[in-house]
Amino acid sequence: MFTLFKDTLVSQVVTLWKVFAKILVKADTVQYPEEQPYMFPRWRGRIILSRDPDGEERCVACNLCAVACPVDCIALQKTEDEEGRWYPEFFRINFSRCIMCGFCEEACPTNAIQLTPDFEMAEYVRQDMVWEKEDLLISGTGKYHDYSFYNVCGKKIGGKDKGEAQNEAVPVNVRSLLP
Amino acid sequence: MTWEVGSPLSIISILAVVIVVAAMLIWVERRLLSFWQERLGPNRVGYFGLLQVVADMIKIFYKEDWIPPFADKFGFVLAPAIIMMVILLSFAVVPFAPGVGVIDSNIGVLFMLAMASLGAYSVMLGGLSSNNKYALLGALRATAQMVSYEVFMGISLLGVVALSGSFNLREIVLAQQDGWYVIPQFVGFVIFLIAGIAESHRLPFDIPEAEQEICAGYHTEYSGMKFGMFFVGEYLGLVLISSLITVLFFGGWLGPAFLPPIIWFSIKVFCFIGFFILLRAAVPRPRYDQLMSYGWLVLLPISLINLLVTAAIILSMQ
Amino acid sequence: MAKIVIDGVDYEVNPDNNLLQECLSQGLDLPYFCWHPCMGSVGACRQCAVIQYRDEDDDKGMLVMACMTPPTDGMIISIEDEQAKSFRSNVIESLMISHPHDCPVCEEGGECHLQDMTLMSGHNYRRYDKEKVTHRNQYLGPFIGHEMNRCITCYRCVRYYDDYAGGTDLSAQASHHHVYFGRHEEGVLESEFSGNLVEVCPTGVFTDRTFSENYTRKWDLQTAPSICTGCAVGCNTTPGERYGTLRRITNRYNSDVNGYFLCDRGRFGYGYSSSDQRFADPLQRKNETAEIMDDSAVQSMLDGFSSENTSVTTIGIGSPRASTEANYALRCLVGADNFFSGMSDEEFESANLILQLNKDKAFHSPSIREIEQADAILIVGEDVTNTAPRIALALRQSVRNKAMELADQSRIPRWQDAAVRELAQHDRSPLSILSGYKTRLDDVADDEIIDSIPRLASFAQAIAGSLSGKAEQIQVEDGQVAAVEKIAEQLKSAKRPLVIAGSSQGAELIKAAANIARALGESRADGAIDLCLLTPEVNSMGMAMLSTEENSLGAALEKLRSGEASKVVIVENDLYRRAPHGLVDEALEKAEQCLVIDQLPTATTAKADFVLPCTAFAEQESSYINYEGRAQLSFQVHRNHARAKSSWQWLSAATEEGIESLMHDCADAVPGLAKLCEILPDKSQFVGGMKVPRQSHRYSGRTAMKSHLGVHEPKQAVDSQSVMSFSMEGISSQKDASILASSWSPQWNSNQSISKFQSEVNGELKQGHTGKLVMERNAEGAYLEVSVSEDSSAELQLSRAHQIFGSDELSSRSSVIKQRMVGSYLGISEEDARSKRIRQGDSIAIVGVEASLSACIRSSIKNGSAVIYCDETMDSHSLPRSINISKSNNEVQTGIKGLIISDLMDEDN
Repeated sequence: MFTLFKDTLVSQVVTLWKVFAKILVKADTVQYPEEQPYMFPRWRGRIILSRDPDGEERCVACNLCAVACPVDCIALQKTEDEEGRWYPEFFRINFSRCIMCGFCEEACPTNAIQLTPDFEMAEYVRQDMVWEKEDLLISGTGKYHDYSFYNVCGKKIGGKDKGEAQNEAVPVNVRSLLP
Repeated sequence: MTWEVGSPLSIISILAVVIVVAAMLIWVERRLLSFWQERLGPNRVGYFGLLQVVADMIKIFYKEDWIPPFADKFGFVLAPAIIMMVILLSFAVVPFAPGVGVIDSNIGVLFMLAMASLGAYSVMLGGLSSNNKYALLGALRATAQMVSYEVFMGISLLGVVALSGSFNLREIVLAQQDGWYVIPQFVGFVIFLIAGIAESHRLPFDIPEAEQEICAGYHTEYSGMKFGMFFVGEYLGLVLISSLITVLFFGGWLGPAFLPPIIWFSIKVFCFIGFFILLRAAVPRPRYDQLMSYGWLVLLPISLINLLVTAAIILSMQ
Repeated sequence: MAKIVIDGVDYEVNPDNNLLQECLSQGLDLPYFCWHPCMGSVGACRQCAVIQYRDEDDDKGMLVMACMTPPTDGMIISIEDEQAKSFRSNVIESLMISHPHDCPVCEEGGECHLQDMTLMSGHNYRRYDKEKVTHRNQYLGPFIGHEMNRCITCYRCVRYYDDYAGGTDLSAQASHHHVYFGRHEEGVLESEFSGNLVEVCPTGVFTDRTFSENYTRKWDLQTAPSICTGCAVGCNTTPGERYGTLRRITNRYNSDVNGYFLCDRGRFGYGYSSSDQRFADPLQRKNETAEIMDDSAVQSMLDGFSSENTSVTTIGIGSPRASTEANYALRCLVGADNFFSGMSDEEFESANLILQLNKDKAFHSPSIREIEQADAILIVGEDVTNTAPRIALALRQSVRNKAMELADQSRIPRWQDAAVRELAQHDRSPLSILSGYKTRLDDVADDEIIDSIPRLASFAQAIAGSLSGKAEQIQVEDGQVAAVEKIAEQLKSAKRPLVIAGSSQGAELIKAAANIARALGESRADGAIDLCLLTPEVNSMGMAMLSTEENSLGAALEKLRSGEASKVVIVENDLYRRAPHGLVDEALEKAEQCLVIDQLPTATTAKADFVLPCTAFAEQESSYINYEGRAQLSFQVHRNHARAKSSWQWLSAATEEGIESLMHDCADAVPGLAKLCEILPDKSQFVGGMKVPRQSHRYSGRTAMKSHLGVHEPKQAVDSQSVMSFSMEGISSQKDASILASSWSPQWNSNQSISKFQSEVNGELKQGHTGKLVMERNAEGAYLEVSVSEDSSAELQLSRAHQIFGSDELSSRSSVIKQRMVGSYLGISEEDARSKRIRQGDSIAIVGVEASLSACIRSSIKNGSAVIYCDETMDSHSLPRSINISKSNNEVQTGIKGLIISDLMDEDN
């Protein structure tokens, strides 16, 4: 009986009191824009495309961000340079659809697509919310400074021959039968 | 123009004040909720965000007045009008202060209960005419809830009526000169309070419009000013229930003479409004079946016992 | 049927198949790599290990490879056993130790069998931290890309390419963990079926280069079931579209037609549909300039051609490469009497003959599945590899029936691939080829008779005479008598003999082939003999059924020339490829008004007064009738964003109702096509009018694809005429296999998921719908008279050569196909060349004909005969049957570089 009483009525009264007491606690609200909030580095804001340490586009146009996107707001097309390096012919994000969920960043195998702490993206013209590769591509490496996908991938590109990636043996001599 | 019950001055000022207060409550509620949630709430429009309501009004008036093609047009338009009407009519019998009021009725309590029951029609009509499954579910819930809780609401009042010997609310206030009825009728007060929340379907008993389960229940399809009327109707109901609690259990306008009676009345009413808002901030919503069984299996017996005990005591005192 | 227990559940399985195949047939998930339903088992990859128990009391069991184990009655096995699972995951971990970190830049990613199987086997972390083995890639031609690092050495590629498709230039090289699959040196893969490597390879070693160029993931392609328009076989395909252009074509399984494989013309020859030469607008020629017409001008122009509105006669010329509906709509516009065949006269004669033979109840036109069951084959004059390539691949399987017979005798299961091959060695079912030159099937042929066409006809007729006394008896040279007898005997003693002929060398050989088949049937109880008669183009059969026998193209040109008709509508046809150029010029100049509906500019559209743009095969819904008389429906994959419409939409008034009403009209109006409508999908299967989505359930980028044009998203395109929709919404087809564009099943993202849709692996699709044979075989026929006269007016008897890349009009406009095309050539014997002092590749002139060809000296060609291959610029129909040649000094434009024929003489000779 006492437990029932404690669990129901007392608990409710205590709840009411504890909530009421919050009236004396200072609000957490930051008065933006007069006051600028501190943005955490891993905040999921404006999306960028980064470059690898050599300054080449990191994006290999694998389409995984596009397929991970729950609102389907990423569209891109793969193309290839003469030496076999894949990159996007166009890369478009429709920010008027984007929900900043960060799935694209999680799906990206090359750390190319990253979300940044910038959230001030309002536009007066809706069409300006559609960003192309030229708008998205930055000149730095973003949050991940050392990673270069082609260093761990087996594909031959300009400046990296077969067997030159991390943990790769020199190409096999097919004509040799030696062990 | 003099302050007396039923004078045009009285009627007009009551109507104006009640509606303005109901509208301002939107701002009050938002700010209070945010304080209790460690936020600031609307503080940009006017001083302390006081004009937020005006901004909201402008917005709501400019919204497209949309009636879905599949809705029953007549019922759809009628429903929000009913809720506004019956609640405003209920205020007719509320004794705000000596000389302030619309009517001094001998059957004030009954009138008030009758009007409250009519409110169920608005909700039911709104839900049915919307022709939407969420609205229908909401309307069903609302009808069952309101019909049920009216019973305990009525019974819980009978203690007060028995003690004062009158259905006239003004006389009930005057009968509390020697002590508020909250003391002899504490159980009645608690039941009336709970039933009142349920009747006005405020949180935690907002089951007919539970957003997380059934969109917005009976007013899912409403927008623009029609939605606005449901919205203001809810706050009017809040003011009404608070006023009734004050009148029935807390001695209405009675209070020490350093403040005028109307101020005492207002203070008491605002305390209860604040309490209702606190309930919203703190208490989660029960399940629908819990609400129903709680009403019929707990509140009904307690209120009946309360009535019987009160009657027995009054009989034995005579 | 054998009863076996798998993980405690009873199953009834076929004991003739291996355990792996039966597990998959039952819908169970068991990983595998090296096994393929068409290629049997070799037990190389060790991935399909299961536990087999001796009896119910045995709780340990032993590991067996499911693909190497025949199911026996009462067998108890477990797939889910922990030991089996850990074995499989260890095997795949070993297979993966050198697999590169390539998936994001791999064309196979997302539809990779290796990816699926790795996930299924539970291997997810690479523990081996030593160096990965790497390989250098090879250039393998314009079709196939090579990325050898990704190989897991399952040997499927060489088993397919060498053993199944008869290729010679792909091999396994080196040893141990250095094994390498490639050519002995860089170069074009020679096989006409190399494209199937892309689908056979379980990972991304062999990739489709045309697809890679504009790479798109499988789930982003908008697809619909389609029919290949490259030849008369009518292989089922799945074209994939993204951003308005076709990206690739993959095989669509059809148990009766193409099975698992396509030829390279069908797979890679789609590039023309996104060519920038395509007509975009209706054009009107005014004083040498073309003006764009608006819709009302087009309508009034079309009204002027309608037979109802004009007093002058309008004739219509159809096309064997256009759909049945396009031809029928034209026939309705001009009236059946004024509707003329768009085939060359020679071809039309053959097509009519084939049509007549296809109604004869003495014969049966075999499907590809049935061709594979033949155990004695005679090819009369047709170069199958170049005119109907998929059938050549089937013939390579039918010659293995001897091996299967030997295996049955030795009680070796047929799926024991290596054992069966070892047993049979070079024993093959007899395949005899009568041809003007050595064909690509030479390596599996038992006898190859190479001669001029009239002499081949007499040879074939002699076989018929030898088989039956009722057939006309013809004497052949003494040296050939033995060969005639041998071939006749082989056909006679076979269980299921097959005779193949085609229209590419004229009607006489078809008649002779029909006589052979009729003679064979006489001695048999079940009369219908497999007689496979090949027509050249996708809808030659439909065209022949729609036009009357008198209405040949020659008659049409004569009508125009004589002024009897003054207006002409030409649908999807380049007359300059069909008739002597002089005749066409004269006829078109005489015509008052000429309307041409086509996709790409041709010599004919250049002469037209009006040109209407029409849609390519993947942009329209239409039906085609293949060589056996099988009608198949091809769905629209994507929309044409210019003003092109399908020909039947231009010509038919009832465009709003869609193809269906037109097909019903056609079935009612045309004798022989009564069954055409049976290929239409059953609409009652669609709940609440829901359509079949063309886009996959994970189609990406929908809200960004067009947002650069306008951020306000347009409504999804509505397809009011089809059962398919241009969106992801709807229900994917479960009830009709003909609407199943691409297969996908949970855990099976690759094309191997097709087994989930088959009633049994390698069998018919569930709810099978393989097209409809429209021919009624009820006519009685008689022996045909074969004319064997030689035209001896000149010194070289001419026969025609065809090229898989080049002979088909549309695919040859694709840029990758162009890289494999050769110029016109004349194949002559060594001796003839020497006497004329002609060397390999020299330019040759034909006396009396304005043409310049390259010399192609072939060891197999007989003295006194020549083989001519004409590219699209040559006036091939004005060539006589025999020619005189001389060396010319003209420059050869394309030459014969890249020509793949085995009997080509070295240049030094």
